[in-house]
Parts: sequence; structure tokens; C-alpha cells
Amino acid sequence: MNAPMNFEKGTPAGQDRERLVVIGNGMAGCRAVEEILARDPERFAVTIFGAEPRVNYNRIMLSPVLAGEKTFEEIVINGQEWYDENGITLVSGDKVESIDREHKRVIAASGRVEPYDRLLIATGSDPFIIPVPGKDLGGVVTFRDLDDVDKMLEAAGKGGPNGEQGRAVVIGGGLLGLEAAHGLSLRGMKVTVIHLMPTLMERQLDEAAGWLLKTELERRGQTVLTGANTKEIVGRDGMVAGVRLEDGTELPADIVVMAVGIRPATVLAREAGVEVERGIMVDDHMVTSDPAILAVGECVQHRGMCYGLVAPLWDMCRALADFVTEAPSGYQGSVTSTKLKVSGIDVFSAGDFSGGEGCEDIVMRDASRGVYKRVIVKESKVIGAVLYGDTADGSWYFDLMKKGEDVSDIREALIFGQAFASGGALADPNAAVAALSDDAEICGCNGVSKATVVKTILAGACSLDAVRGSCKASASCGSCTGLVESLLAVTLGGDVQSGPRTMCKCTSFTHDDVRRLIVEKRLKVIPEVMQELHWTTPDGCASCRPALNYYLLCAWPGEYEDDQKSRFVNERMHANIQKDGTYSVVPRMWGGLTNPRELRAIADVVEKFNAPMVKVTGGQRLDIFGIKKEDLPAVWADLNAAGMVSGHAYGKSLRTVKTCVGSEWCRFGTQDSTGLGVKIERMTWGSWMPHKFKIAVSGCPRNCAEATIKDFGVVCVDSGYELHVGGNGGIKVRATDLLGKVATEEEALEVCAAFIQLYREEAHYLERTAPWIERVGLQYVKDRLAEEGAVQRYAARFRYSQQFMQDDPWARRAAGEHDKLHQHLAEFRPFPGSQMENA
Amino acid sequence: MIGNWLDIGPVTQIEPGTARTLPVIGGPGAETREIAVFHTMRNEFFALLNRCPHKQGPLSQGIVHGDVVTCPLHNWNISLRSGKALGDDEGCVPTIPLKVDAGRIYLLRSAVIGEGAPAEAA
Repeated sequence: MNAPMNFEKGTPAGQDRERLVVIGNGMAGCRAVEEILARDPERFAVTIFGAEPRVNYNRIMLSPVLAGEKTFEEIVINGQEWYDENGITLVSGDKVESIDREHKRVIAASGRVEPYDRLLIATGSDPFIIPVPGKDLGGVVTFRDLDDVDKMLEAAGKGGPNGEQGRAVVIGGGLLGLEAAHGLSLRGMKVTVIHLMPTLMERQLDEAAGWLLKTELERRGQTVLTGANTKEIVGRDGMVAGVRLEDGTELPADIVVMAVGIRPATVLAREAGVEVERGIMVDDHMVTSDPAILAVGECVQHRGMCYGLVAPLWDMCRALADFVTEAPSGYQGSVTSTKLKVSGIDVFSAGDFSGGEGCEDIVMRDASRGVYKRVIVKESKVIGAVLYGDTADGSWYFDLMKKGEDVSDIREALIFGQAFASGGALADPNAAVAALSDDAEICGCNGVSKATVVKTILAGACSLDAVRGSCKASASCGSCTGLVESLLAVTLGGDVQSGPRTMCKCTSFTHDDVRRLIVEKRLKVIPEVMQELHWTTPDGCASCRPALNYYLLCAWPGEYEDDQKSRFVNERMHANIQKDGTYSVVPRMWGGLTNPRELRAIADVVEKFNAPMVKVTGGQRLDIFGIKKEDLPAVWADLNAAGMVSGHAYGKSLRTVKTCVGSEWCRFGTQDSTGLGVKIERMTWGSWMPHKFKIAVSGCPRNCAEATIKDFGVVCVDSGYELHVGGNGGIKVRATDLLGKVATEEEALEVCAAFIQLYREEAHYLERTAPWIERVGLQYVKDRLAEEGAVQRYAARFRYSQQFMQDDPWARRAAGEHDKLHQHLAEFRPFPGSQMENA
Repeated sequence: MIGNWLDIGPVTQIEPGTARTLPVIGGPGAETREIAVFHTMRNEFFALLNRCPHKQGPLSQGIVHGDVVTCPLHNWNISLRSGKALGDDEGCVPTIPLKVDAGRIYLLRSAVIGEGAPAEAA
């Protein structure tokens, strides 16, 4: 090989060359030069300025360097010899400070002045620094270049104070943040990731996949805090000591990595008067508003888009090179996909996965393998995909998407992947199942083969449910439900019977199945239920979300955190919505008793908030109508001040205990029905139920409290207390059934608690006691409670659950909890004088 | 461009899976109305008139799933994208063009004020 030519000394040809100056020695700048050289090596005399004091390297490989999987040398793209061989002048470690467009030259920090004929801006992007106190402390780093990696490695090497494990806090749960967290974790640090949004990598992943990722990272020892807002970085002696969150949590830290996002680096261009919006504006040939200046990479904005991925960058560089070598092709924008390994977990996303009008989600979940796949189809074309755990088919979906291929022929098998869907006849799932061998395993959970399932079907199991009951196939996680349904169809043709109603269209399981599996599999949050039970929608529907929220609340008292967004409006707002969008408020009056202080407070609220109506309810309470959602916390504060708590007139919960005056006043009264009613209400208030639950206590068989049309009714008699259940005064009137008779108040209370808990644990969501008892039979309820010690066990479980429930939600709201639910975003007054119009 | 878009604050003020409201106080010839701004669990933002086409229920108070909200009054499902009632129900609620830029939510000013409203007097 000839000795490298040194351009600075000048070559004969070099004299006539156009001078191309490149600002930015990164991936885009160098790739653009490579592309130009490949087309016309003689055209330009090239000078590249780089702020970093080193040659061009692959920035996206910094993560493996941090993780110790690669060395810096291994990620160098172009070594010094590349610059030498191609006669490129590399000015590294000298930042360009300004562009002088008038004289066509750039001025660097060192004072170096470089004239150009063509200028290429490839300044990339800057990490976004959130403006919190302490952001400038020592030990607060970004994750952008090798210097950052060196700082992180230094921190990891040093460890924590007193020889403890070093602690790192990574702000930002996007791709970059998670890679930093992974690397630091491998380097022996204890890592906490804090992320503002509720889902990790929300730009690339939907809620379901983000939840899986979080769970897996936590399993591997990282702490992941989502929905966490950084308030301040705390320092000691100029060095970082910890991070304080908005909610007051303080996390100790020896290093803080800020990885919340990137911004196109546009300062140079903006100061030079080149047109800039979010990024430097370029046309399809990467030319800026100044024809002598080109721009490429993360710093540009093309057709409204700014890109932060590598693939679009390569496309831009090709278009740029075509243009400057006078064979313009034009860049059309890029469709991007993300395929990556986070901490060894495969994740893929591409296109539009936000769903929408005319979009159809095809979801497949395989809990045993930790796989979630979702393909979004619109007008018979794939428009997006999210894959977690198994990304083998990512490129195939991406290809279908880019080509806009019609997938209607392979629609049924699409989600199973290329091998399956492209298999001609196999694209029909029934045919595919028919083609399976007899010993092929259908249900992995219970080890059931195809032959066994077919035998079960032929023996008379004509529905999915019957198959589940007979041979257990598809009875555990449900991921093979489709296969079993296909086997039913193949084996029986049109004779397949539909099973009992499933919970909703999002699942193949019934309410009973879901309740059983939540307990069996110890499922504790909604996304986990949806993943483990193979929900066919990404985030459920308005039917299943509230049901799951209740089932989890009931199964894991004290542990489960209520999901407000899965609550019906009334339960979310703790008041009853009316047809005009205002609310009605019913304070609790124990057993229907009240006093002057409470009545005054109610009267004051009515006047203060201009409530247009107050009404006595059927459950012996006062209902205040016409309260605006913004006023609710203030109304509650006033009612709380008079000693009143939420009446839960709005909930699938204990509503009221209605009483008559009983033996204390009534000449017919046999027992203290009022006193017992108050005791029952004190015991049961605040409990969430499958549906609303009403109680009454009558002091004698004249039954003035109408106890025999309540969910639980007590009728006092001389010898004790008759306990009635399953009554309803609604659309379909149903008188109660007699559950039994007890001698003492204590027994009445105990049986009441036990009956409620049995109903709470076994009824379907939105099933009142009346239809529940008609469904399971009174005898079943009696039998369950007649088992040895059953009443005590159920009652104990009810009381345990109640200790977490009897916390007045009004008081919490009045103190500011979930205040956003009650506040407008803002108020907009676009019209002059509109204030007066409204006054 | 900024003039056409109304900045209504940062994205973080609306939790995913919920909506919040923006009252637009009326003036001569324009009635006061309310806009519901939704943040879905898939991290998309939508703005609609806070009024179900069925019986004017406040859509902002409904359960959000996918890009659909279920009206709290009578369970109509309304597409957040188009404002159209889904399933067998028929009706449509006006949508307001929305964009998110650098972590802030912008609504198209003219749509916020509503058609038929007088042009802004100087």
C-alpha cells in the first residue's frame, strides 16, 4: 500500500476540489462522508470537526462497553488510518463555535478558521437535562459519549461509602436509561430506575409489554419506580448524595444517570440563522435553508419528523451523497422499528401500535414462556407490532408493514408467525391443528396430548368448558384455548356447544375461572392477570377492568392497590353522577340516626354550595343534589367536620342499614333493632362488594324496615333474630330466604359478616345476592356456612379485610388525595367580555 | 404557528387511562362548553367535546380502554379518535385537533372556540 496521502500538504488534484467541512465526527457525519467517497472519491477535500478527542465510533455500542462486553477499540468504526487513507483532515477535540455564512467559514474553539464550499452539520443530539435543583452536582452524568461511560465505570469501581455496594439512580426508563441501568447493574451497582410515565419504554412498548419488562428487571435485582417524578438531586460537598422524588421518597445515590431523552443539537445552526424548528429543517436532499449547508442525522427535522434511531440516519446519508454527487434520489422519510435486547430480554416494536379507528388488535400471550405478541391490522394490512420475549418474527411483520401487503389470506394465522402463516394450507388454524400428530402436546400446563383431547371430545365433551373439566386441557393458563377450540371444530364439525358465558370478550374464561386463577396463581395486579390468563385485548374493556379490580381487591386485602382508572365514575368520584353531570352526596347516618349537629352541617352545605335539592332516600339518608365535581372535596371537608363520613351510596359496596325504632320506643318492638342496625353498619361500612348491598333490621315481624327485600335482613322476634338473605326490591322483586335463626346479637353479627364474605368471595362482579342465590341455590349457601367453623372463618376474613377498608375516602380526598380528579386543567376565556357575560 | 395552537400544559397533568376537563367560557353568540382531554393507556392524547352524543353525559368521567371511552351515564362506547359512537349506537361528538410537542399538549385554537363563534375581536 502506498503511504497515506496527507491532504494538508496538498495533492495536485486536491487543489481543485470543493472544500467540504463536516461538523460532527459521529455516526451520521462519518457515514455521510463514507457514502460520498463511495460515489466520488475525488470530489471533495474533507475536513471533519469532532468535539470528542477521539476517532469515529459506534455510539449505540456504548452500552456493551459499559456492561463490559466490549472494549472501546472494538466499537471504533473508522480508525485514524481511514482518515489518513482518504485524505480527510480530522480536527478532534476542537468544538466548532460558530458558522460565518457570509464568508463561508467555521470558527472552532481553538480559534481555528476553516473555509468551506459545502458545510455539513451533523451535530446529532444532546441529552435532555431535566431542570431540577442539583442537576449540576458532581456525579450527575448523562449517557451519550465515552466520557460518560468512563464516569459511570469510575463510580462503579469506587463503590458506596464504608465499602458498601455502590448505588446508582437512573432517571429515565426509556431505552437508553434501561441500558445504563443494565450496565451499572452488571458492574456491581445497586440500581434504581425512576421513570415519570407509568410504563417503561412507553414510546416503544404498550402497557402489557412494559409491565412484563418491569417485572423481569425487578426479578433481576433492579428497583423500578414508575410514575415517579424527580423533585431534586440532593448533594453533599458538591457531590451527588441522592435523589428526592415528588412524593417525598429519598433514594441514596453515588451516581445519578440522567437519561430522559435527547434533543436535536441545533444551537450552531440556529445562531447562524439557518431555519430551525425542533430540528434543523432540511428538504428531501438534506439541504437546509442555506443552499451551501447540508445537515444530516439526529439534528435534523425532515417532513416534520426527528429521528433518534440508526436506520433513518443511513437512509439520509445515502440521499445526501446522491445529491452532492449530482445523482439526486431524495429521502422519503423512514418507517422505523425498534428491535433490542434490554438486559438480555428481546423486545421489538414497529409502526403504529396505538390502535385506532378500523384497527384490529391480534394478541397472543404465552405466560409460561413469558411471551406477549400484538399485531395491529388495519384494512387488511399490518400497521404495527409489539413483541416481547420472542422477537423472531419482528422483521417479518416489519417487512409486511413496509410493503403494505394484504394479509387477509393469512389473517387467522398471522400472530403465530411466518413459519405458520406462510404454510399454505396451514394458514387455516383448524387444518394446522388437524395436521398435528396424535402425541403432539396441546396443553403444556397439564401435559395433555392431542390424542387425549380428541378422545375426551369423542367421549362426549362437546364444549370448551367440558374439555377443560374432563381432561384439564386449557384449564390453567388458557394459552391453548385456540388449539382446543380448533380440535372441537375438527372433531365435531357443527356440533360444538358453546360453553358458559365468558367474563367478557377479552377472555375465554368465565368469572369463576378468573376468580379461582387469581387466587391459585397468586396474581396481584391487573396487567399480570391479563398476561397470565391470555387476555386477547391489550388493556381490557369497561366490563373486565372494574371486575378484575374488585376480584383483586377481594383476594388480596391490604396488599392490592386500588386502580382508580378501572373504577366506574361513581366509585372514582365517591359520589353519584346525575344526568346533568353534577353529583349527589349522601353522608353516612348510622342506622338512619342523625342529630342536630349533622343536620346543621348538611343544611350549611346545601346553602353554601347552592344545592338545588335535598331528598330523603329509601335507605333513610339525606341526599344532597347538584354538586359540581370541583366542589366535592370542599363539601366532604365540611361534612367530615361534623363527624360524618362517606355514605357509599355510590358504590358496589355496603350501602345502608335501615332500621325501625325497635324496643327502645316502639310498643311492639321485641329487640333493640336500632342499636343492632348501628352495630351492623359500623361493622360493614366501607366494604367493597360484587354489587351494592343493602341491609335492614326490623324490631318485630311487622317488619317496618322492610328487611325481607334486602340483601341481608334481620327480623327480631321474642326469642332472638331471624336472618334473611337474598332479597331485592328492584326490577324483579324477590323476597328473602330464611338463612337461619340465632339467639344473640353477637351471633347475628357473626353470621352477617360470614354471609357477606361468602358473597364477596364467590359471586360474580355485578351480581346481586338475589340472582347469586338463585344461581347457586340457598342450600349451597347454607351448606357452606354450616361447615365446621365456617362462620368464624368467613367472619374473620371479612373483619381482616375491613381493617383496610374502613378509612373514609372522603377524608382522604378532602385532604388532597387524587386532587386532579376534581380539578379542571384550566379555564379558557377566549372572548373579551365573557367574564361579564357570565357574571 | 404557535398562535393557532393553545398550550394547555404538560402531558404529566393527565394520568394515563384518565381524562381532564377544560371549560371554555362562552361569549356573545357562543355558549360555555367543556372539552375533555384524554390520555390513553397507550400514551396517546385526544380531545373531544365533553358531551356524549346520546344524552350529553360527561365523557371525561368514563372508563378509558384502548382508544375508546365508555360514557358513564349509559355505557355508550365512543371512539376517542373519531368521536363516533361504536357498535349499534349512532352519533358523533366533535373532536378537537390536538398535538403533543416537547412534553406539552396543544389544542387547535379555532376548534376549541368552536365553529360559529365570532372571530376574536381585537
